[in-house]
Amino acid sequence: MDSKHNPEYVAGNGLIHRRHLLGLGLAGIGSIAAGSALGADTGMLSIPAWSKTPGNGPSDYGAPSPFAADVKRLAGGPSATAPGSGVSRTPLHLLRGTITPNSLHFERHHSGVPVIDPAQHRFVIHGLVRQALSFSYEDLLAYPMVSQIYFLECSGNSGANTVATAGDTNAAAIHGLLSCAEWTGVRLSTLLAEAGVTDTAAWITATGADAASMGRSIPLSKALDDVIIALYQNGEPIRPEQGYPMRLFVPGWEGNVSVKWLTQIKVADAPAHFRDETSKYTDLLPDGKSLQFTYPMGVKSVITSPSGQMKLLRQGIHEITGVAWSGHGAIRRVEISADSGRTWADAHIEAGQQHLALARFRLPWQWSGAPAILQSRATDSRNNVQPGRDIWMAGYNPANRYHYNAIQSWSVSAQGDVKNVYA
Amino acid sequence: MFMRNAVSIFVTAAGVVALNVASIGLAAEAPANPVALGSAISEAQLADWDLIVAPDGQNLPEGSGTAAQGQAVYQQQCAACHGAAGEGASGSPALVGGSVSTTPPLLTVGSYWPHASTLFDYVRRAMPPTAPKSLSNTEVYQVTAYVLHLHGVIAEDFVLDKNTLPAVQMPNREGFTDVSGN
Ligand code: HEC
Repeated sequence: MDSKHNPEYVAGNGLIHRRHLLGLGLAGIGSIAAGSALGADTGMLSIPAWSKTPGNGPSDYGAPSPFAADVKRLAGGPSATAPGSGVSRTPLHLLRGTITPNSLHFERHHSGVPVIDPAQHRFVIHGLVRQALSFSYEDLLAYPMVSQIYFLECSGNSGANTVATAGDTNAAAIHGLLSCAEWTGVRLSTLLAEAGVTDTAAWITATGADAASMGRSIPLSKALDDVIIALYQNGEPIRPEQGYPMRLFVPGWEGNVSVKWLTQIKVADAPAHFRDETSKYTDLLPDGKSLQFTYPMGVKSVITSPSGQMKLLRQGIHEITGVAWSGHGAIRRVEISADSGRTWADAHIEAGQQHLALARFRLPWQWSGAPAILQSRATDSRNNVQPGRDIWMAGYNPANRYHYNAIQSWSVSAQGDVKNVYA
Repeated sequence: MFMRNAVSIFVTAAGVVALNVASIGLAAEAPANPVALGSAISEAQLADWDLIVAPDGQNLPEGSGTAAQGQAVYQQQCAACHGAAGEGASGSPALVGGSVSTTPPLLTVGSYWPHASTLFDYVRRAMPPTAPKSLSNTEVYQVTAYVLHLHGVIAEDFVLDKNTLPAVQMPNREGFTDVSGN
């Protein structure tokens, strides 16, 4: 093994320089790995049955391989007292890359998914405008549109790790109220300009056409900045679970403000103080006071592999990979630790759009078979650094479940079992 | 035939949008907004449809109600889930009682919500979950008064209407800091 291919350890417990991910670097390290989990084929390779008979023809709407049928959302059970209410979570640990397929985008509904006929749906802008306007779905399709990749994260995402004892669950259960898609739609500023907001306008108050008529208030400055009325999700009409025929999309902010099934924007001089911005989605502090309108999602990252409830089947090289994001801008840096935060190494971040989107990071790791604690720590373009759990917890009442963005710790046992822990 | 406009939109790093409209048609003055398809509608047309009630109470409907009148509505429409005295049950939150300063805190309409308008607004748009928007405005006033009375916020004979509701002082009114400007 020549020195060029020797792994270059950059932090404790086996972390290897990210340059080994590039070019031929890994070929050399591969030789020190213990080999395939299944062991090498020993007999003759034969031609498989599927190479000897024609497969199915084209279909009108594609579906995953039956062998990938376990790549599914983690859906909660039905609610007996609030029909249609609940969540399903994106299986982050089963996905690679940064885009969430539409069928796997997380859901949060407050009164189920309405079946809306776009021909009968109306979107109205009124309140503090010169002329109240009503738009049909067809109307909106005729406007100039923008396409942008954005993450969407529920304010309560990862709240599972605010409880006193770390649950033995997986990355989807803890962090799966997070997805990322390309959203295409009409800039809200275009439509607000058409209606003509008046001088006293300072907020928009938006409601959906679901049975809960869920509502949220958003400062006018944000509404005029980068908010869109999304009509397409990853290129196809947005899914019913995401607000078909149209949703508000508020980049970087807690998912709840991106009101689905959007039907009303009332321009106002003050917020409406809807139930979901007073009773819920407010952040309780240690002294019993609360923060209200805490919109942007903080800088955050999570290692999706290896992650909770996985098992490392062999010693040797593993790729540590995960996603990082920030509601304040782009991800600038992700560091990885394999020794519970004593030493850190910079991960490689994949190129691509990163402003208010998921970034994919990777780093090679030589697992010796010794116990390890894996962590990732993200820094964004405003130099916000993802906090440790103790620091985050100290800032809030122990009952607060919103806006948890602390560092995730996964322990790896000598047997290779990966577990959610507080470290 | 319509004039055709080639529209290109640039998004700068800071997220600022620049609209560049190059007119291919004959007209010299391209409209600032190349598409304007919204149909005029009046606030009067929205009177039954706009359910938003903000703390200023401006959009509160006609009608009124007292807690005494609301007791029957509550027992019929709400108690099965939220408990006879608003104490909550499995799967349905408590509406009254509790405190923000116990461990753990119990956040209810009475102990937590800063504005009475939110109770009217939410019950009218979302409760009961099996039949939202099935209560009349009068019933919403009545049951709102009843829930407020259960927590001791208003007296049993206090008449809740569009004038009195915005003035109701909620116990945790000063408990929130608006950080939207941060
Ligand atoms: C079928 C059971 C059921 C009935 C009947 C019902 N509720 Fe509810 N209510 C719920 C559930 C469940 C929630 C929580 C909904 C959620 O979080 O999305 C709730 C939430 C609420 C809340 C918000 C509580 C909070 O702290 O955020 C209020 C207020 C409320 N209900 C009032 C009423 C009133 C008034 C009635 C009668 C008109 C009523 N409910 C009838 C189940 C019920």
